[in-house]
Amino acid sequence: MAIEVRIPTILRSYTGGAKSVEGSGTTLDELLSNLDAAHGGLRERLVDGEKLRRFVNVYLNDEDVRFLGGLETPVRDGDTVTVLPAVAGGAR
Amino acid sequence: MLTISRALYEKIIEHARRDHPDEACGVVAGPVGSDRPVRFIAMQNAERSPTFYRFDSAEQLKVWREMDDNDEEAVVIYHSHTATEAYPSRTDISYAQEPQAHYVLVSTRNEPEAEFRSYRILDGVVTEEPVQVTDGTE
Repeated sequence: MAIEVRIPTILRSYTGGAKSVEGSGTTLDELLSNLDAAHGGLRERLVDGEKLRRFVNVYLNDEDVRFLGGLETPVRDGDTVTVLPAVAGGAR
Repeated sequence: MLTISRALYEKIIEHARRDHPDEACGVVAGPVGSDRPVRFIAMQNAERSPTFYRFDSAEQLKVWREMDDNDEEAVVIYHSHTATEAYPSRTDISYAQEPQAHYVLVSTRNEPEAEFRSYRILDGVVTEEPVQVTDGTE
C-alpha cells in the first residue's frame, strides 16, 4: 500500500531532504505514525496530543482534512497527502 | 537584502492600501533558488481582520501547487499592519515557516504613506534586511 506524502521545505530535515515520501495506513493518524517510524520526529511536528496542529495544513488529494475527518480521515493506496505550513500572522 | 522591481514594490503597497483597514497578504513567486521575486500573487486574507491574517487553505494549496509546477518558490511573503509598525509581531515570528522567504511588512498606519520593510525570519530570529528597489517592470 503506498500513499504519497508531500513534505514542505521546513520539514525536509526529517526526510533526509526528500520532497516526497511514501507511507501506509488506513487513516491519516495511522499514516503519520507509519511515517514517523521511518522519519522520527515528523509526526510530532504535525500532531499535538490527539489533534492536528493548528497552523499546519494537511490535505488529502485536493481537500483540507479539517473538512474531512481530521486525523480520522480515511486514506488509501494511490492517495496523495500534502503538508503545507499555514501562512498567518498579525499585528500582535 | 531584498531586491525587487519598482512595479512589484508598488503592487504590494497598492494591495495593502486597498485592503486597509484589514490586513492584506500575498506572495511574490520566483524561480527556485534564484532569490528573485517575479510573479505577484495577492492572496485572500481568510481572517478578514484588521489585526490578523491567514492564507485561505484551499487557495494556498492551489498557489503552492502552481509554484511547484513552475519550479518556483515563495521568494516574498508579504502582509500589512494597519495600525502598528512594519515590524514582525510575536505571532508573525511564531508562524514563519518558509525558510527561503523574505518576509515583507507594509504598514498603512499613516495613510496615505506606506512603510515597506523586509526581514528574514529563521528559527524564531528576525533579521531586518535592506530593500533595493530596481527600475524595471518585471
